Amino acid sequence: MSFDAMLPVIFMVLLGIAMLVYVALDGYDLGVGMLMPFANGAEKDTLVASIGPFWDANETWLVLGVGLLLIAFPRAQGVILGALYLPVALMLLGLILRGVAFDFRVKAHDDHRATWNAVFAAGSIIAAMAQGWMLGRYVTGLQDSWATDLFAALISLALPGAYVLLGATWLILKTEGALQLRAIEWARRAWPLFVTVFCLISIVTPIASPTVRDRWFSLPEFFALAPIPLMSALALAAIRGLLNSHRIRGKLCWAPFVLMLLVLLLGFFGLAYSIFPFIVVDQITIWQAASSPATLKIILVGAVLAIPAIGAYTVLAYRVFRGKATELRYA
Amino acid sequence: MDALILARAQFAANMSFHILFPTISIALGWTLLFMRGRWLSTKDAAWLEAYRFWTKVFALTFALGVVSGLTMSFQFGTNWPGYMERMGEVAGPLLGYEVLTAFFLEATFLGVMLFGHGRVGERMHLLATFLVAFGTTLSAFWILCLDSWMQTPAGTEMVDGVVHVTSWLAVLTNPSFPYRFAHMLIASALTVSFLLVGVSAWQTLKGKAMAATPRAFRLGLTLAAFLAPVQIFVGDAHGLNTLQHQPAKIAAMEGVWHTERGAPLLLFALPDEKNHRNNFAVEVPHGASLILRHDPDGEIKGLDEFGSAHPPVRPLFFGFRLMVGIGMLMLFSAWVGMFAARRVAWNLERLPRPLLMLLRAMTFAGWIATLAGWYVTEVGRQPWIAYGLVRTSEVASTVPQSHIAATLAMYVTLYLVLIVSYVTVLRHMAGKPAKEGPVTPQSGKALADIAEVISGSFNKRRILR
Repeated sequence: MSFDAMLPVIFMVLLGIAMLVYVALDGYDLGVGMLMPFANGAEKDTLVASIGPFWDANETWLVLGVGLLLIAFPRAQGVILGALYLPVALMLLGLILRGVAFDFRVKAHDDHRATWNAVFAAGSIIAAMAQGWMLGRYVTGLQDSWATDLFAALISLALPGAYVLLGATWLILKTEGALQLRAIEWARRAWPLFVTVFCLISIVTPIASPTVRDRWFSLPEFFALAPIPLMSALALAAIRGLLNSHRIRGKLCWAPFVLMLLVLLLGFFGLAYSIFPFIVVDQITIWQAASSPATLKIILVGAVLAIPAIGAYTVLAYRVFRGKATELRYA
Repeated sequence: MDALILARAQFAANMSFHILFPTISIALGWTLLFMRGRWLSTKDAAWLEAYRFWTKVFALTFALGVVSGLTMSFQFGTNWPGYMERMGEVAGPLLGYEVLTAFFLEATFLGVMLFGHGRVGERMHLLATFLVAFGTTLSAFWILCLDSWMQTPAGTEMVDGVVHVTSWLAVLTNPSFPYRFAHMLIASALTVSFLLVGVSAWQTLKGKAMAATPRAFRLGLTLAAFLAPVQIFVGDAHGLNTLQHQPAKIAAMEGVWHTERGAPLLLFALPDEKNHRNNFAVEVPHGASLILRHDPDGEIKGLDEFGSAHPPVRPLFFGFRLMVGIGMLMLFSAWVGMFAARRVAWNLERLPRPLLMLLRAMTFAGWIATLAGWYVTEVGRQPWIAYGLVRTSEVASTVPQSHIAATLAMYVTLYLVLIVSYVTVLRHMAGKPAKEGPVTPQSGKALADIAEVISGSFNKRRILR
């Protein structure tokens, strides 16, 4: 394959990475947001403190994701964003409410704090449900039928559960004491929901798309690919097991979160393998949708220089705020 | 209403809401860096207080800018699907570089800047503040470069209806970019100046002044007095540039229907789009020709030369006058304020109340002038999305009208609620006496640490003696 023909593949990988990082990072933010109503007054502040220094940069991965879709695949973005017009608007509503509530809840009059806390939780759940709907519609190739709508509806209920599990494991890492105990309890309850999303997507995608079916259920691919679902199942089981262990209150507090990241990574590989080389399942390939090689090369230069730098200072920021979450105070 | 108008209204609503916040955060970032620097070099606690208060304003402003900016990036696709298909070769790299070089930088270091104190050293913290300010300015650079290219395309050619880049250097130095970039950065600085001055004036009038209030007031007023005339000069140069490259926009701004020599400057009029004339005109003879051509009998092209490819007249005509009017008012109030403040040696309590009330009324003047200016420049680009190359109607989406209308109503309601909340919370923060913060185990420990350091240095001194 020539370099020019490779370019759309490279950009599909970049787009995938951006979306994966977004789901992993803003996923825990949104999960923590949805857990707000279950925490008491002081705990609410700790919840916010655990994500406060990060959420802004986390959300930027979504900007990068949609940006890459727009600039690298101009002939697919209209189809995708057009078909998802209403859920996109709802997601934006949710993300706007969540983002502003972060600041308003501590800066507004004390009487209004409860309202902004509610807005924070509501925004998080609206955004998560809208994203679930979009994911459901996307993996079924943006087809319009009652079956795909039903599937999207199921995912829109289940994805918030997945985020809650991710958020709860983040809290196990970032909190201590009574709050950490509650986070473990939250994680136990969210676990079945997450397993549901995972299984649903894995079952429905091959049913909805013959291409995906052929990919997974032909020999010898079936055996070559078996490690992906097997490792995911193992990681999920390990998370459930860890939630019963007292060790995650101490030294292993990072383990459930890291295992969740592993599950997301495996799920991402599975999805990417199913869909490639389509950007709209069974309709538009990445080569049909891509920008001209000249444009992609210019952006690639920037990406090659900038992405390692972004990685480096993201790691720096996470190092600065490592350890248990403490009260957020302005410098 | 047709889908195009709805899509434009929705995009305009979002852009108008969005630009309010970067307009503040671009210059406020640098202002914070200055305040922090003053605190570190003078150890004057009032500067630290100023830094802390305005950091809170910055955090709130930045959050609103981020969420509305996210909306914007989606609306490029949802509202104008043809935009990327036809102009992606220019817009793609510019937007991509904005995200890669600016967005991540500012968003990541914002956390360190806001909450990193005690976790990083003073130099790292200053560096974080610098990088946030730098990121906001860099972001303005990329997006204004793209906007300017849409106004005055250069370095590109059209092949089969699609824009192709022939020279990136020409794209990056397109004719209106230097003027627009300078005009917008100064607009941001002026907006922040009047915000600092206005909030300080409000605090003084309400008897709620903090130690930081006179510092912020003086900083804001000095900046305003210096920048208001500079902005008028830059604005004039920008106008001459527009005359050269987008004469239809100037004709609409000045209400010139028919090409004429010695065109008058209209101070006020009601442009009549049907009959191509101005009613109730109050004019300065030869004024427009003198300003735009630097010759009282210079020729100004009229709207009739552009057929139907000219922008609507009223929004430009009034938007321009609103912007210029506020600019003049800024110059006046900043200079009168400087004069009066120097006479009372910056003792705000002794400033005449009417002056304080005027400055308080000007708190958000920068917002109104900036919005008016952007309406002139963007409505003035119509009916083109890229001037002379592609029409806005050619790239609009085919989403059902009802969807656009419903989401438009949602966005507008949300934005109105958020603007009211923003101003209310700003007022609440400005009126709150500087709070030391609750004594927590952590702050208790910090106090103990400080006590130890102090006693330690005492001991050292004793030893040295």
